[in-house]
Amino acid sequence: MIEAQGLAKYFGRFTALRSLTVSIGKGEFISLFGRNGAGKTTFLRIVAGLSRPSSGVLKILNPQPQSPQAARGLMGYLSHNTALYLDLTALENLRFYGELHGLPHQDSELEREIERVGLAGRGQEPVRNYSRGMQQRLAIARAFLHDPLILLLDEPFTGLDQAGTEFLRGYLAGARRDGKTCIMATHDVPLGYELADRMVVIEKGVVALDLSKSSVSLDEFQSRYGDLAKES
Amino acid sequence: MLAKIWAIFRKDMLVELRTKDSLNAMLFFGIVVLVIFNFALEPVRESIRAAVPGVLWVAFVFSGTLGLNRMFAVERENSCLQGLLMVPIDRGILYLGKMLAASVFMLITEAVVFVFCLVFFNLTVWKEIPWLALVFLVGTLGFTSVGTLLAAVAANTRMREVLLPLILFPVVLPIIVNAVEATGIVLNTVDYGALRLPLTFMSVFTIVFATVAYLLFDFVLED
Repeated sequence: MIEAQGLAKYFGRFTALRSLTVSIGKGEFISLFGRNGAGKTTFLRIVAGLSRPSSGVLKILNPQPQSPQAARGLMGYLSHNTALYLDLTALENLRFYGELHGLPHQDSELEREIERVGLAGRGQEPVRNYSRGMQQRLAIARAFLHDPLILLLDEPFTGLDQAGTEFLRGYLAGARRDGKTCIMATHDVPLGYELADRMVVIEKGVVALDLSKSSVSLDEFQSRYGDLAKES
Repeated sequence: MLAKIWAIFRKDMLVELRTKDSLNAMLFFGIVVLVIFNFALEPVRESIRAAVPGVLWVAFVFSGTLGLNRMFAVERENSCLQGLLMVPIDRGILYLGKMLAASVFMLITEAVVFVFCLVFFNLTVWKEIPWLALVFLVGTLGFTSVGTLLAAVAANTRMREVLLPLILFPVVLPIIVNAVEATGIVLNTVDYGALRLPLTFMSVFTIVFATVAYLLFDFVLED
């Protein structure tokens, strides 16, 4: 579904991605690991169309979008930045993003979305009044309002309390069952391992490890990931 | 397309209605400029109508620059711009929605600043008001057509507040010069036919820059 070939990204003299090649199948759940600055977020941003690669090719196939806009319509991007307008209410935020996605949502449907992420009865409150965890829950509703085929997740558990973490974990497990393609960057190895079909470790802008869950236990993966970190 | 431009415009208006951050700053700045010029131009009070066009556009342009900076500050908070860039629309539509919002904020500011100007400089301009409104509208659209694009460029830099005026003013200088000239024609002559040249220039400038900005906005926003 997603093929990256020789992706490189330079910010001036800084190399964020060197030559990253990875292929992600339809319905796969990939957990991306790597140290801070390894290139995980840059890779996700390129897939999301938020950043242009300096070189290399990124292809999205099956369905192959006809335009960059159509490609964005296939994706939902959730990061620790919620992309919510703090002075608008939850309902107004979802209504705004729904309109831009061209979704014919009624307010009652949006209220149900708000309820689904555990914010029942809080839809008319400005987002500024929400706690960090509540904002992240609403960000989940915002990012996946259009039921995207590809979920891009950049440390999505940041700021969530235990209940929020459980909710998102359940949501992602459901998305996986529904055949969505998920790419999640995380530092939480047990959680990433639990959710993933494949674990990809990015180190210095290239894929340093690419293992399927069936081929490696959590302990073994942690050990190999740790060794990799020590070597570099 | 129009529905999406309207959604972006309405969201910006709603945020502004709640916070009043941009309008308060723009109005305050515009009125302070008038107060300063009111004292500075005291010795030439008899020929004040000749100075008013320049005074007005200084106030409009500086307060408008504040508004443009603030408009993208809202999008930086919480990385809202990232959320906007992920929606499946032509990014030029974002530009048009933002430009429309910036123009309306500026026109509201201009209306209030103009009323203060009439009071401070003791001007009577009832019959000129429709022509002035036309000049303000065309000049403002010219200013925001460039300003919205360059504010988006500056928003991605560390020195955004300083950078925007530095890159904006040289480009919009032709618009400002023509707007001052057109305002002067309305206030100081009865030959409104002379307005044709500056109004045509500003309209062409706006169409050209808005088209270029619409096409470039995608490249400006991606890193």
